[in-house]
Amino acid sequence: MSGMELIAVVSIVVGGLTIMIGSIGPALGESRAVAEALTSIAQQPDEAGTITRTLFVGLAMIESTAIYCFVVSMIVIFANPFWNYFVAQGGQ
Amino acid sequence: MGSGSVTLTPDQVVLYQWGPIQLNATIVFTWVTMLLLILVALVVRRGLTSDVEISPGQNMLEIIVGGMRDHIRELAGQGPDQFLPFVGTLFLFIATCNLLSVVPGYQAPTASLSTTFALALCVFVSVPIYGISQRGLAGYLKQYVRPTPIMLPFHIIGEISRTIALAIRLFGNIMAGALIVAILLKIAPVVLPTLMQMLSLLTGLVQAYIFAVLAMVYIASATRASRGTPSEDEAQEQGAPEEQREGQASEAEDQWEGQERSD
Repeated sequence: MSGMELIAVVSIVVGGLTIMIGSIGPALGESRAVAEALTSIAQQPDEAGTITRTLFVGLAMIESTAIYCFVVSMIVIFANPFWNYFVAQGGQ
Repeated sequence: MGSGSVTLTPDQVVLYQWGPIQLNATIVFTWVTMLLLILVALVVRRGLTSDVEISPGQNMLEIIVGGMRDHIRELAGQGPDQFLPFVGTLFLFIATCNLLSVVPGYQAPTASLSTTFALALCVFVSVPIYGISQRGLAGYLKQYVRPTPIMLPFHIIGEISRTIALAIRLFGNIMAGALIVAILLKIAPVVLPTLMQMLSLLTGLVQAYIFAVLAMVYIASATRASRGTPSEDEAQEQGAPEEQREGQASEAEDQWEGQERSD
């Protein structure tokens, strides 16, 4: 397997693995957060506004870890710096 | 590697090249959004009235500005007037960009890392400006060495990492929405892209809200003099009920800060 093929294979595998592992944690975290928020709203319906606002910002915070993984996998697949480097090397 | 068919950001779409100066889609659509916001404001201002009967445009803008003022007051625990221009502009600009992304041909400027980093840098700079203007230079710098000077590097790291997180979060969400629609158009072009676009409308609005709320929380944590004791001018401005709100707001704020540290 040549260097280019190796980079392509590793990029594809790592891109998939990144988003796979990176989405498990945030999914578990968000489900816990939503469950807790629903319990709180059921107990104190008057505070629903505050709880919802807190929940939304908290969810965004949790979700940003998944978004980081997504960005990394997108970079690895579509804008891979090593691939571009080798393409530039091969072009000369 | 296949970057020809899928464009990650509107930065890559160069519309006009003049020497070293590139005019890419990000800049053009930012101008379009700015123009739209300014035009709406100008048109509504034309028929501005304090009568009982108001025009639909004025009604809409009053609802938006009133809602933003209420939110800022709750989050900041003080008068919203000094924060409204900055935080409100952030929200309106990001929300307009994200909502317009359903218009065919429009590429949301917020799907570009340059735009989101510029917005995050604005927040990064405005935090010390608001903090120093409210508490003085010494008062602002003192919060970096609380509770002990050992915390100084962690405060600085936190300040930088939350700026980067702010930028990447917005960019990743909007870019993901655009990319998923682009990919789905190739595999299942009938119904699914529409559904995903509806979802990305929701995400876009929520992200705009979150960006503005986080900016407000960061500014509030720098301007807050001390917990639970509103300074004199705030007390004069808001009257008694504000003190109760202040307690709630600072509690909520502490939660944000806790989450942000763990982020």
